Amino acid sequence: MGSRASTLLREEEIEEIKKETGFSHSQITRLYSRFTSLDKGENGTLSREDFQRIPELAINPLGDRIINAFFPEGEDQVNFKGFMRTLAHFRPIEDNEKNKNPPATEPLNSRTNKLLFAFRLYDLDRDDKISRDELLQVLRMMVGVNISDDQLGSIADRTIQEADTNGDSCISFQEFIKVLEKVDVEQKMSIRFLH
Amino acid sequence: MENFWAGVLWATEIWLYLIVCLIMIPAMFGFSLGISETYMNILVKTLEWATLNIQKAHAEEESSKASASNGLIQREHGSMEKELGELRRSRPKPPVGGDFTLSDCFYFSRRGIESIVDDEVTQRFTSEELMSWNLLTRTHNDFQYISLKLTLVYGFGIFVRYCILAPLRITLVCIGLTWLVIGTSAVGFLPNCRVKFWLSEWVHVMCYRICARGLSATIRYHNKENRPKKGGICVANHTSPIDIVILCNDGCYAMVGQVHGGLMGIVQRAMVRSCPHVWFERSEMKDRHLVTKRLTDHVNDKTKLPILIFPEGTCINNTSVMMFKKGSFEIGSTIYPVAIKYDPKFGDAFWNSSKYSMVSYLLRMMTSWALVCNVWYLPAMHQEEGEDAVHFANRVKSVIAHQGGLVDLQWDGGLKRAKVKDTFKEQQQKKYSSMVVGDDSSSNSD
Repeated sequence: MGSRASTLLREEEIEEIKKETGFSHSQITRLYSRFTSLDKGENGTLSREDFQRIPELAINPLGDRIINAFFPEGEDQVNFKGFMRTLAHFRPIEDNEKNKNPPATEPLNSRTNKLLFAFRLYDLDRDDKISRDELLQVLRMMVGVNISDDQLGSIADRTIQEADTNGDSCISFQEFIKVLEKVDVEQKMSIRFLH
Repeated sequence: MENFWAGVLWATEIWLYLIVCLIMIPAMFGFSLGISETYMNILVKTLEWATLNIQKAHAEEESSKASASNGLIQREHGSMEKELGELRRSRPKPPVGGDFTLSDCFYFSRRGIESIVDDEVTQRFTSEELMSWNLLTRTHNDFQYISLKLTLVYGFGIFVRYCILAPLRITLVCIGLTWLVIGTSAVGFLPNCRVKFWLSEWVHVMCYRICARGLSATIRYHNKENRPKKGGICVANHTSPIDIVILCNDGCYAMVGQVHGGLMGIVQRAMVRSCPHVWFERSEMKDRHLVTKRLTDHVNDKTKLPILIFPEGTCINNTSVMMFKKGSFEIGSTIYPVAIKYDPKFGDAFWNSSKYSMVSYLLRMMTSWALVCNVWYLPAMHQEEGEDAVHFANRVKSVIAHQGGLVDLQWDGGLKRAKVKDTFKEQQQKKYSSMVVGDDSSSNSD
């Protein structure tokens, strides 16, 4: 229940999440309230069905892939910490974070991590490579039945050709970064969280 | 022992006399002794005082509290074309093979995550969040210790609500409902004549007024000159079954709905004797033609009361208006839109039917502070020439949303229980496809 939001979340947990994700205290408590209202099973974790119940997400062509990003390999439940860790990728990069000396571990919302999130949407089998087949499947999710196989195939071929530098007909994460180096990832993969 | 029971009996008698004299009789004839006004004044003062105290205690968190009501994120509202256009600015359109870049998924990811953090639909099916605590342990603002004074007031509030107001209100609602059943049944025996219509209306309104007092309802009606007239359909936004009591306090309507069992069934059967309501059997509801035909017949008979319909088809938490089902707009009669807006400060009027049963919902309402609401009668609307029912329904919906200060949503309220239709996803895919291949090349491809 939403009304228990602030009481069920222990202060230490909030501190821990704050450190890991960079969200503020009030953002964490409010996201917890959102988390509990999505949690229809009321067991402290979200399942894929809980996500699919959001209509705007259900109509998103990549909805299933985005939901999948919340679940570690082989698991079908995500707890609040995991939920926050995935959301943290979309925190904007603040000015003071940019200028600071790089911290020991890379923050979840860094450019690289934002790109990694996008990369994994395409990387269906999680082998750190986007093959032609994987790209085709994701393309098919995005366009539905509206584009012919031939045409989609040539789009996939061209995309891989453009990105592939070592000639293995796959896109590695390094190649992915290279292709998107001119794109304003920091802004396009960020959501304006209010305080 | 006998003395004790005599005492109880005596107390009960006095209690009932007081109810009859101070509440029932004024309710029957529609005037007020000013008791509820005094109660409301005290209540408003108390809540203002409490808000002030809470704000003082939270002075340092003030800024965070202020934004709490405005949601968690600020959403981008750019169209798919615009946003993808921006993403592709850095690279030229390839000569062959369609316009796709790996960064196109950024748009979908951000939209997806935004909807996970804060979506337009699911939050409409849970109670509205309040700016500050209203001394009720309801909704998202739970009991919080702020100061001894406030806690005492809170405790006193519990006593008043549960020990004084609740028994009084329950008695009133019971009397109101019994009266409705007896009254309408009795009127039903009269032959059809003017006296019957007049009496029927009087009994209905009287019972609803008693019930409204049972909820301490303070209702402000605006623009009474636009009140629904006979031979029309009144459509309103839907928050809870209490909407009916609210509207019927100011005039009679013919109800449309399904025949229920149990207590509701008894009330329904009694009501239909005195006044032509339109009740359907469950099996009949499926037959759209039959429903439309019966409604059309009702509307065409100009002596019959205006029909009251809630076209959203489900209860919404009173912050928005969702899609209107087109059925009632296909009949082609005059539509009288009505906007109802409750004041959430005094109690949460929203019936979360998947969480609470009808009875427990009513008990919650009767132990809240009060029910304060505004009702706006809007000018009659007609279907324009060449306008289809869906468009007309949307037009009426936006008028209601605008007047009630509610968010106008396109989504179907049925999503509360059902999954979203695949066609909506297909629309998104189609839109994206046309950006990838362009409209000209898609026609060449086949």
